[in-house]
Amino acid sequence: MKPVPFNFTFAPDVTSVAALLAAPDADAKPIAGGQSLGPMLNLRLARPQMLVDVSRMAELRGARDEGDAILYGAAITHAEIEDGVVPDATPGWLAAAARHIAYRAVRNRGTIGGSLAHADPAADWVNVLTALGAEVVLARPGANRVVPLDQFFVGPFATALAHDEIIVGVRVRKRSTTARWGYWKFCLKSGDFAKASAAVLIDPDRGETRVLLGAIERPPALLPDCSALIDGRVDLGQAVRQAAPHLDATAHALHVTALRRAIAIATGGAR
Amino acid sequence: MVGKQIGQGVGSSVLRLEDDRYLRGRGRFIADIRMPGMLDVAFVRSPLAHARVRGVTKPEGLEDSVFVMADLAGVKGIRADSGLAGFRSSIQPVLADEKVRYVGEPLAACVAATRAEAEDIAEAVAVDLDALPAVVDMTRARDPDAPRVHDHWPENVFLETAVDVNFEAAAKDYAVRVKRTFRTARQSMAPMEGRGVVAFWDNQAQQLVVYSSTQMPHIVRNGLSECLGLDQGMIRVVAPDVGGGFGYKGILLCEEVCLAYLAMKLRRPLRWIEDRREHLTGNANCREHHYEITGYAAADGRLLAIDCDAIVDSGAYSAYPFSACLEAAQVASILPGPYQFPGYRCRTWSVSTNKPPILPFRGVARTGVCFAMEVLLDAVARELKMAPDEIRRRNLVRPEQMPFVNITKKIFDSGDYVECLDRAAAAIDLPAIRARQARGEADGRKIGVGLAVFCEQGAHGTSVYAGWGIPMVPGFEQATARLTPDGGLELRVGVQSHGQSLETTLAQIANEVLGVAPQRVKLVHGDTALTPYSTGTWGSRCIVMAGGAVAAACETLAERLRKIAGHLLQADPQTIRLTDGMARAAGGEVSLKDIGAIWYLRPQDLPPDVDPGGLEVTQGYKTVRDTGTFSYACHAVTVAVDTDTGAVEILDYKIVEDGGVLINPMVVDGQVYGGAAQGIGTALFEEMPYDENGQPMAATFADYHLPGAPEVPSFAIDHMQIPSPISRFGQKGIGEGGAIGPPAAIANAVNDALAPLGVEVDAVPITPARLLAKLSQAGGKPAMEPAA
Repeated sequence: MKPVPFNFTFAPDVTSVAALLAAPDADAKPIAGGQSLGPMLNLRLARPQMLVDVSRMAELRGARDEGDAILYGAAITHAEIEDGVVPDATPGWLAAAARHIAYRAVRNRGTIGGSLAHADPAADWVNVLTALGAEVVLARPGANRVVPLDQFFVGPFATALAHDEIIVGVRVRKRSTTARWGYWKFCLKSGDFAKASAAVLIDPDRGETRVLLGAIERPPALLPDCSALIDGRVDLGQAVRQAAPHLDATAHALHVTALRRAIAIATGGAR
Repeated sequence: MVGKQIGQGVGSSVLRLEDDRYLRGRGRFIADIRMPGMLDVAFVRSPLAHARVRGVTKPEGLEDSVFVMADLAGVKGIRADSGLAGFRSSIQPVLADEKVRYVGEPLAACVAATRAEAEDIAEAVAVDLDALPAVVDMTRARDPDAPRVHDHWPENVFLETAVDVNFEAAAKDYAVRVKRTFRTARQSMAPMEGRGVVAFWDNQAQQLVVYSSTQMPHIVRNGLSECLGLDQGMIRVVAPDVGGGFGYKGILLCEEVCLAYLAMKLRRPLRWIEDRREHLTGNANCREHHYEITGYAAADGRLLAIDCDAIVDSGAYSAYPFSACLEAAQVASILPGPYQFPGYRCRTWSVSTNKPPILPFRGVARTGVCFAMEVLLDAVARELKMAPDEIRRRNLVRPEQMPFVNITKKIFDSGDYVECLDRAAAAIDLPAIRARQARGEADGRKIGVGLAVFCEQGAHGTSVYAGWGIPMVPGFEQATARLTPDGGLELRVGVQSHGQSLETTLAQIANEVLGVAPQRVKLVHGDTALTPYSTGTWGSRCIVMAGGAVAAACETLAERLRKIAGHLLQADPQTIRLTDGMARAAGGEVSLKDIGAIWYLRPQDLPPDVDPGGLEVTQGYKTVRDTGTFSYACHAVTVAVDTDTGAVEILDYKIVEDGGVLINPMVVDGQVYGGAAQGIGTALFEEMPYDENGQPMAATFADYHLPGAPEVPSFAIDHMQIPSPISRFGQKGIGEGGAIGPPAAIANAVNDALAPLGVEVDAVPITPARLLAKLSQAGGKPAMEPAA
């Protein structure tokens, strides 16, 4: 399991990365922590001719407090969020989610931007940040744009990123302690990818309620009728079947449980 | 940790001498070996499970870097026949040429300066295959219209066995008859270090040298000699530090033969290091059994008879040296375990399929038969409304019956199985669990308790293996003991230590006999040039066989040391004691170093009747009777089952085991912990599924689940040490026991938890998917249909 030959370069700033990605005949990919791309390279599932190291770019590191939101640089690691090296826009929910991403060794290198760009349907940030209504800030030569996460994932391992575009940061709205949150995932063993997950946000201050079904082999599904679901007026089995009809019996059962338990965590009710 | 380090001989928990280099990362494993001019090898492997090979086309300009079977002139295929009647022979070509018979079978070797470049070349090799339907399901492999893995065979069966002892008569007056079908899944052994080979031609020694991460260097030498047509004197095989074997490295590899040949042809050192994808996709080769088993019992719980049809998925070829039939034939002889009953019938089939050739994984057939027998027993107990410990008490062999000859003529040497069971039942506190079950859990999970009793025959020898007729029959085990000029000791043994801690335990045995400090004992092992012949490390044999041989060699050396010491001290040699590096008589003492100095440096001062053999002794050893030692254990497990997710959590795990006299109790604990962790893998996590085309479906550790530290509980181990009457110190082989009990004990615990819901598991691993399906079937949850 050795990769095909590739060139490797370090990019000092966003403009140079974008230029490298945009060049004609460029066959380049940005690499940050390498925790998803590394294995793909070794398995020869990814064969870029050039890797552009973006892990140390100042623009992608650090978190900026924008008043009502925190803008996290794309190259911030899961460990930095877990350890509180960067501020948590939420009452500790981000740190708690980070703590259960894979293994600590992976968290030391894996980045929040990398996780979103890789778009694994089971990934914690893909699901948690979508449920929190976060948005990604994208940069390409001459143009920046902002995409809400619920529009960013277009398929399993597929995003709205253009070929010459990189994630610069992800903006997470601040949540106060009056907001309620529940995130529950099922893994076969500690550190594994989730087989089913669900997230619930109830934020009366901002008038936001979201119920998300994750790890459905597709981009996460935001369920309709949130209040009815949370209040128990809608059958969870039916809701899962409508949101993810393709799931087999086992996956369906696990997702119903995930939904029930995430709602219970958010509402403080019985599981 | 069991046992404090008191003294340094037998029975002490001496800290391991090996750990100094292992824990500092200073071991020398196969991938650490660097040689000038060494080239790396990558193999082109079959992407199909079954196909005719129309051609292999080398990439243009790189023809000299690619080798196929036609380039290996005169190299014979690998053949491991059994002498058992009806065994069907097959030959595995070192590189497939006419047919490929499993995904991962090697077709060509590519050589380059680095592994990455060798993989680039391998990608460019064009393999033209005509796909054939694959044989994947061992229960259908014997259908008359099944495709043939080996074209000339009348059916896909390596060997069929049948035994019937008094079955019809014993079974007929049963009160309860319980029939079950059980399956164990195919696994990858996943040692921390994979396989690897470095081969080169040694000009000075005029010899082919093959370094291999192997458990049996002398056996590999035998095999290379046969396949390459070379005198053994032209071959040296060396095992460096080996990072785990478990049976995965008890084999002559196609890769070893191929690299050996090419190293001689190219006159360059060659290296192949197995990567994880090769291991998972091409070498899932163990544990896959199918049992149809019926238990017949009297109303008081006494077993009357057992009837079983067992199938072992033995893969595409017969691996050298264990052969394709060892495991299934072992099923028949060990299924009865430590129980006594008057009637027995068992038929087995070693079935050939388009999967990697079977190898015996730690525990071998014992894990599967323990699962089948113990889970069946619990089902019989439930039928009779008997407690699980009570039914076992009724049927286990009793201590006053030792030595016990069971219904398959296994001779149990010693042991008190009932005491073992009683201690385990007390340790897990059955009454407390029953009370807890009655109360229910706040989180809604279901609690259950499960027991498994089993025995582990180890170090069985010549008379047992002679009947198998496989290319390996263990005989006398030998060891050489040499006192160095400065009073240290060198031991040479033909077994190979790769986790067995032999550098420490054999030094402890030497200390027991000679009084040499273990820190002054050097164990030489793993090198055919430096060690006596041995069949190697397998079957939990080393501490008994190599231990006995080391003791024998040290005892002869001790006589010679006392002779010289008696001369020096003017004392009767019979009165001299060897302790703490000294030879002590009533009137004085000399050090072993003094004695060494006389022999090596001042022979003029030797006694006139000194043995000219000197201070280097080779002795051979066999146990008093070679039918094996029988260690045994009871595993008792408490689990919590989440019926919403199918997740099983182990709450408590108690092990009561008897390995006879424990040479080093800490080492035994380590063996049990490691084996039990692997057993938990079998019970709850590990499975290599194949699709209908024979494609392995778990190609990385994302899909092949190994238990990690959070999944493995703290085991509590209680040792009974009833000595074996047939080994030198009363020790018994225990290396595999930990891996035998968990699937049975955990399945029994799950079944105990879910009995009120009418759910019984009958297959491992007990995954959430399997449990949820069972719960759904039993009506415990509303049935879930997939969307229309």
